[in-house]
Amino acid sequence: MLTCKEFLTELNSFLDEETDSLLRVQLEKHINECPNCWVVVDTCKKTMKVFKGMEPQAIPSEVEGRLMEALRRKMAARRCGEA
Amino acid sequence: MTGLALPTALPEFRPGWYDKKPRMDTANGQELIDESALVELARQGDDAAFSTLVNRYNRKIFRLAKNITQNDEDAEDVLQDAFLKAYTHLDSFHGDSKFYTWVVRIAVNEALMKLRKRRSDKTVSLDEEIDTGEEQVTREIAVWDGDPEQKYGQTELRQILDEAIQNLKPAFRTVFQLRDVEELSTEETAEALDLSVPAVKSRLLRARLQLRERLTRVFKRKGDDALAYM
Repeated sequence: MLTCKEFLTELNSFLDEETDSLLRVQLEKHINECPNCWVVVDTCKKTMKVFKGMEPQAIPSEVEGRLMEALRRKMAARRCGEA
Repeated sequence: MTGLALPTALPEFRPGWYDKKPRMDTANGQELIDESALVELARQGDDAAFSTLVNRYNRKIFRLAKNITQNDEDAEDVLQDAFLKAYTHLDSFHGDSKFYTWVVRIAVNEALMKLRKRRSDKTVSLDEEIDTGEEQVTREIAVWDGDPEQKYGQTELRQILDEAIQNLKPAFRTVFQLRDVEELSTEETAEALDLSVPAVKSRLLRARLQLRERLTRVFKRKGDDALAYM
């Protein structure tokens, strides 16, 4: 059986499902037999899920307004340069 | 003042433009014009297509800039500089990567420059040697109490997540942000940050473990410390 240290070394590959099938079987066997590593995997997955699920907040309207104004000026300057 | 006669508003996206380019994808239940079609039109001088790209990605780029710089004013500068540079240098974008990844790379560079300026006495680098250590962070071993997304309101949850991510070192925070929040691939993250793939993987593991540890302190089920077997 893999040690916890060996398991943690492969944790990212396990979470990202990038391991080959033989290693995956070994890693799954480890978490089935090691409650601590099971908790680490479970809470890592939840950590990733909770961050992924967080939609970006809307940009403050004044910030967006200044961005579009700067862009508009840039575009106008380019059009003038081309004319 | 340049005296230029500026248009009052940015040109708006008109769906009819793309009738001859039916490449569509779907996201969030909305039909989206394929990014590469918009980029191609923008490269041909179609400013409305470029504006559509800006509108599509500006929230993500602002979040990224804010998380790296930890400062609203700097984040706004980064947001503007990134899109203005992308517009100016669109000719040099050859489509080897996604447009979004390219803009992310520009924004990361701008954000890191801001950090370096602000902390002129300290070096801020993503490729610095980081002690990734043999000892991984697994002190908090406790199951979580239910689903945080259901248990907490959006505002409260956002605050908890913001605090957790802000406490990471920039080198870890930025990798986590690109890989697990913006959902770039490992290779795209490596390209955006000019890091090797193993360096991205190493930093990502540390970031995930540190965030897991911090969030466990908030989300753990009461009384579950007894589960710490290690």
